[in-house]
Amino acid sequence: MPANFIPTGADYLRLGPEIILTLVATLIMMLEPLTSVWNKRRLGVMAVLGLFGALAAAVFAQTDPGPAFSGMLVVDGFATFFRVIVIVVGILVVFTSAGYLRRESAESGEFYALLLYSIVGQSIMASANELIVIFIGLEISSISSYVLAGFLRRNKLANESATKYFLLGSFATAFLLYGIALTYGATGTTNLVEIQRALLMPGAAPFGLLAGTAAALMFVGFAFKVSAAPFQVWAPDVYQGAPAPVTAFLAAAPKAAAFAIFLRVYMTAFGPISDRWEPIVWISALATMIIGNFAALQQTNIKRMLGYSSIAHAGYVMVAIASRSVVGTAAAMFYLAAYVFMNVGAFAVITHFSRKDEQYVNIEDMAGLGWKQPVTAGLFSVFLLSLIGVPLTGGFFGKFYIFKAALDSDLTWLAVLGLLNSAVAAYYYLRVIVAMYMKEPGESMLDLAPLGAGVKITLWTCTAATLVLGIFPSVVLDFANRYALK
Amino acid sequence: MLLNLVLFLPLAGFLLLMLVPRGQHENIKRIALGLSLVVFALSLGIVAGFDRGSSNFQFVTDAPWISTPAIRFHTGIDGLSLWLVILTTLLTPIGILVSWRHIDKRVKEFFAFFLLMEFGLVGVFIALDLFLFYVFWEVSLVPMYFLIGVWGHERRIYAAVKFFLYTMAGSVLMLAAIIYLYNRAGGTFDYGNILQAITSGQVGLNPIEEGLLFLAFFIAFAIKVPLFPLHTWLPDAHVEAPTAGSVMLASVMLKMGCYGLLRFCLPFYPTAARAFAPFIVVLAIVGIVYGAAVALVQPNMKKLVAYTSVSHLGFVVLGIFSFTQLGLDGAVYQMLNHGISTGALFILVGYLYERKHSLEIKDYGGVATVAPALAVFFAVTALASMGLPSLNNFVGEYLVLQGTAQVNFRWTVFAAIGVILAAAYMLWLYQRVFYGETPDSVRSHVFDMSGREWAAMAPLVIMMVWMGTLTTSFLPPISKTNAAILETTKVNVEFHVKAPPAGVRASEVADAR
Repeated sequence: MPANFIPTGADYLRLGPEIILTLVATLIMMLEPLTSVWNKRRLGVMAVLGLFGALAAAVFAQTDPGPAFSGMLVVDGFATFFRVIVIVVGILVVFTSAGYLRRESAESGEFYALLLYSIVGQSIMASANELIVIFIGLEISSISSYVLAGFLRRNKLANESATKYFLLGSFATAFLLYGIALTYGATGTTNLVEIQRALLMPGAAPFGLLAGTAAALMFVGFAFKVSAAPFQVWAPDVYQGAPAPVTAFLAAAPKAAAFAIFLRVYMTAFGPISDRWEPIVWISALATMIIGNFAALQQTNIKRMLGYSSIAHAGYVMVAIASRSVVGTAAAMFYLAAYVFMNVGAFAVITHFSRKDEQYVNIEDMAGLGWKQPVTAGLFSVFLLSLIGVPLTGGFFGKFYIFKAALDSDLTWLAVLGLLNSAVAAYYYLRVIVAMYMKEPGESMLDLAPLGAGVKITLWTCTAATLVLGIFPSVVLDFANRYALK
Repeated sequence: MLLNLVLFLPLAGFLLLMLVPRGQHENIKRIALGLSLVVFALSLGIVAGFDRGSSNFQFVTDAPWISTPAIRFHTGIDGLSLWLVILTTLLTPIGILVSWRHIDKRVKEFFAFFLLMEFGLVGVFIALDLFLFYVFWEVSLVPMYFLIGVWGHERRIYAAVKFFLYTMAGSVLMLAAIIYLYNRAGGTFDYGNILQAITSGQVGLNPIEEGLLFLAFFIAFAIKVPLFPLHTWLPDAHVEAPTAGSVMLASVMLKMGCYGLLRFCLPFYPTAARAFAPFIVVLAIVGIVYGAAVALVQPNMKKLVAYTSVSHLGFVVLGIFSFTQLGLDGAVYQMLNHGISTGALFILVGYLYERKHSLEIKDYGGVATVAPALAVFFAVTALASMGLPSLNNFVGEYLVLQGTAQVNFRWTVFAAIGVILAAAYMLWLYQRVFYGETPDSVRSHVFDMSGREWAAMAPLVIMMVWMGTLTTSFLPPISKTNAAILETTKVNVEFHVKAPPAGVRASEVADAR
């Protein structure tokens, strides 16, 4: 099929967001040395414009869905859903980080360029339809993320964070590559649809074991990226050490994209052998929820606590994957949409609150925030209540829908244990609310600046999204249900 | 429409108060009070328009909310929920009046949360979609958590978190059960549809499933009631909450649990409910006696009143699980009575606290000489609470006792111990606080009730007398609905208990079961 090697216009259209982001990111890199120190913010503006362009391109690509580049990529509702999520997260993170970078005297074009490259990788992951492309997307995303985590290079914790993330991440990616190789050995292809077809063929049973091994190895890679047990150990350290806006990014976009490929690979390519991987995902889901929630109970550092909490939330999404159904996939999509908003919002508050060199990141430091800055604390409370899963927030409806999917698939015990877990989780989120509203303010309240414009935009957007997803979930849920992988 | 106004006006009030500038304390209070009075007036309109001859849901709104899964905004009111809604709308303005001077910091947030709580509480009682019910159930939790945690006494944080976690832990299991029911009933959260699917046998739960589902609902409700031994959050929450918070907690929030038992546990799982009834009744009776006995020895007035709640709510559960018309009627009536009289007790204790800043009984004495009106109000309320005939609690307790006597006379005897102990702890409390020598510290601090304090207490005392004498104003719609609930519990149950004719020993009937 040599003719197919020449990309058509439609192919480029379907790669639109990635093309725009790459161009803008490269342009930012080129302009960076030409921009004076006090004009760096313009590069941030460029990044936002680029992201909005990519957003438009992603939505536009959905008007003409289909495969691109000989089936290496595919634009479908599922891909568009996750592309939009990661791009929106990118926009919110740029808004959050502008003030932060200035405060830390670290404003530079590289930050924005790396952020955009990372999103390019995640956007490719969202639409990848082929194991090699998945790998490429994952690496583009990860390598930029490693650098972002250590962006404040004079900071010891940030260095530890980046090194740890890099070493463990590379290790996990190696497992993923092994899995890809074995899959190719078992089925003779790396295209997800072809793999599925090969495994469904009548004579495929002898390859089942090989494919199962491949699925297990790839599980290691994916579980690492989504921080699912037993491959979650890196998450708290990385989230604690990375600069707060980067943590907001790391906990949201790479995770959502990793779940996108996780879902796509397991629901399409490995769909025929789902009996083999379901027990693994089941156990991992339960372990992830329990480890995340119980470890979070102990934390005093709020970034670390939210790190463990994000592990627990990965566990909830794993429950959705374990239910192996269209409803489960839709539930995972909806939950991730709700999750990124509440998490980015929460980290944006921390970005604002932590002050220079992030000196105030303990839960106790939040004491009295509710009366000193009622708006900040009020919006933070919305995110926390959503993380707990209180009704009328996106977090509640997402959780509800995940456990509904689990019960639909007769995973009654997993659902019950997961729900009990979410009651445990209430305790550590409440500790923050207790500190904000029920404790007397300490010295950390003395020099608290008012909310910056960028953080303000992020907070209000995230709050609005959290509440809309909770009160009118149909807006997103109908889309997720229509385009969940069949 | 009227019902929706009653539901959503408090929410609008919450949003409005959030927008009012912080310093405007007087205006904030006036807005909150005015709005809650409007809501109360509107809710009286519901009483006026309520068809007492029907056990169907009235003032129904049924609109789609979320398409997949099918969740509807379905609300309505029947004889069971009617008076509970009125109780909520009556106590909200009273709670606001009581807090007028008591709350002096963070005024805006307090009254905003108070209205938000009214929204949640009214919603719980009128939701006819199980998902919607769960939403309101949890929504009412958040403002109460803040009321206790921010405006409470010394150990408020501990109490608030305990309150939140207990309720949360119980209700997540209920959520699982609700989803399970949704799937079994053919994809609906609608109360009527699920009930229909269960009574027609379409759902076909096996006994183990039914038992587990019953327990999942029951535990959530039993924590809220609270039933012994799940009551331990209650003394903490009641004692630490500010006065108005204690009032709403005791008078309305505890009723959410009782309401849930009647609305969901009995009609949905009649077989399991009957199977578990003997155990539940034992717990209820233990709660009655235990609560009263512990109240007897409390040195702290507020804690004493809190434990009387455990005792009084035991009567409610006992009545419900007697599966008799009289028992159910008494239980619902007792829910309302407890709301009025315990609410009044908390208010009066709050008045004393505002004056002398102590809740310890030993710090008082001879209050009647310096504050005669307060003493009279307290006396009437205490008498009502211990079940003096012609005051409200007597009617409820009597009906419950007679209802249980039809099933098992021994239960009645044990439960009646609670009534005797009630007289003991109430009279002894009254004697120690209001009679005797008046210490100088009391003389210098305690003064009689102000006009505003009168305004908060007078409606409650009127209700005590009204509900104690003219029961026909309230009881017929309750009986109507209870009869319908009892009817559903007889489906698929071949051994339902008939009221025994006079002369037959009731215990024989129970043993036969």
